[in-house]
Amino acid sequence: MGDKKISDEQLVEIIEAAIFVAGKPLSRIVLKETVLEEFNVSLIRIKQCLETLEAHYSTRGIQLVKVGSGFRFQASKNLSPWLSKLFQGKTPKYSRALLETLSLIAYRQPITRGEIEQVRGVAVSSHIIKTLLERGWVKGVGHKEVPGRPALYATTAAFLDYFSLASLENLPLLPEQQENKINQMLS
Amino acid sequence: MTPQTEQPPLAFLNGKAMVEKPTDLYIPPDALEVILETFEGPLDLLLYLIKKHQLDILQLSVHTITRQYVAYVELMKDLKLELAAEYLVMAALLTQIKSRLLLPVHKELEEQEVDPRVELIKRLQEYEQFKTAAENLDEIPRLDRDIFVAQALISEKIVPETLLPDVDMKDILLSLGDIMARAKNYTHHHISAETLSTREQMSKILQQLSETTEFVEFSLLFELSEGRNGVVVTFIAILELIKECLIECIQSEPRIQIYVQLIR
Repeated sequence: MGDKKISDEQLVEIIEAAIFVAGKPLSRIVLKETVLEEFNVSLIRIKQCLETLEAHYSTRGIQLVKVGSGFRFQASKNLSPWLSKLFQGKTPKYSRALLETLSLIAYRQPITRGEIEQVRGVAVSSHIIKTLLERGWVKGVGHKEVPGRPALYATTAAFLDYFSLASLENLPLLPEQQENKINQMLS
Repeated sequence: MTPQTEQPPLAFLNGKAMVEKPTDLYIPPDALEVILETFEGPLDLLLYLIKKHQLDILQLSVHTITRQYVAYVELMKDLKLELAAEYLVMAALLTQIKSRLLLPVHKELEEQEVDPRVELIKRLQEYEQFKTAAENLDEIPRLDRDIFVAQALISEKIVPETLLPDVDMKDILLSLGDIMARAKNYTHHHISAETLSTREQMSKILQQLSETTEFVEFSLLFELSEGRNGVVVTFIAILELIKECLIECIQSEPRIQIYVQLIR
């Protein structure tokens, strides 16, 4: 960490510009170690600046949001219907098989391919796993210590970035399983 | 015969006139391949059949469902064998459950006996849970569809800062050691032409000795200014001359001066 002093106004400006030009979400630590390297600023001070920016943009068409791997500026969600006209036909539609596999990895991670197949009742095609790995949404995080040592999959920060989630806790809640009803039926 | 109704029947099914279209999705057998792609597996198809009858999963009517399920499987058997296999397993499971339900339960075993449907119902519920989760996931705003990242362009004049890696002195020394070790393998053996020729030296000595009839002191034959090499060459030349019986050496007693003379 450097020892140069910097005013709040300047600090906010640098952080704002850095997030705009970085082309990827920036975390507080990355900010501190790159653009703010030569200044004596604490993570708490960076956080305060980010809050200032967040407040500043709250009334604009652009907003500062926190996603999996850091902060980024994005267009306000309520503008999407119009903005999407700029990017027509660019978003791929994902198959149900892929989304089901991805949900299982997201909610049940770390999970093996066999466990995914167990729930879905059908084989998971290699193509789906390959697509998920290529998109960087999931990664192998180890091997389960059972015969065959199958790979264990988990979601990545890129997955959170793509779905604009700050953490896995922001995933929609799993629909409740009707455990009680089963018990009732049995009694 | 057909009773005369205001509306002509659409079709006859098991001898009954169908006046209204079926409320559920009608699937012609030809479209089965399409269905297979629509359903994400046997559990999905089972869920669909249950929903179609507007039944609760928990009131799973094994009989009805099994019959229908097997009918689908029968159809798909001819089309996509590999895919049908997974569906066949489910068909087997359903018939197994059905047969167990039909069998009377022994009174003593009654308490141990678990409703055979429970396991299937649990699996169906779990699958339904993730089916819904996947649908929810599809709804979440996602990049480039619902979320558009704001970005600013940076001046092209900015040169990316290149960080040069820190190098430890120890590493430098270690790599130097490596290089030296490797360099050894490339050592050359230089063979240079002899600057002083023995033959030339022999002639010189003969010349020197022929100038006098006296004995010449051995040490005088050496030109010290020619250095070590010169001395060696001169010495070899003397030995050569002795061998060829052109000169002779005499020494009156050990450890005193040697004299050389031309043999005439």
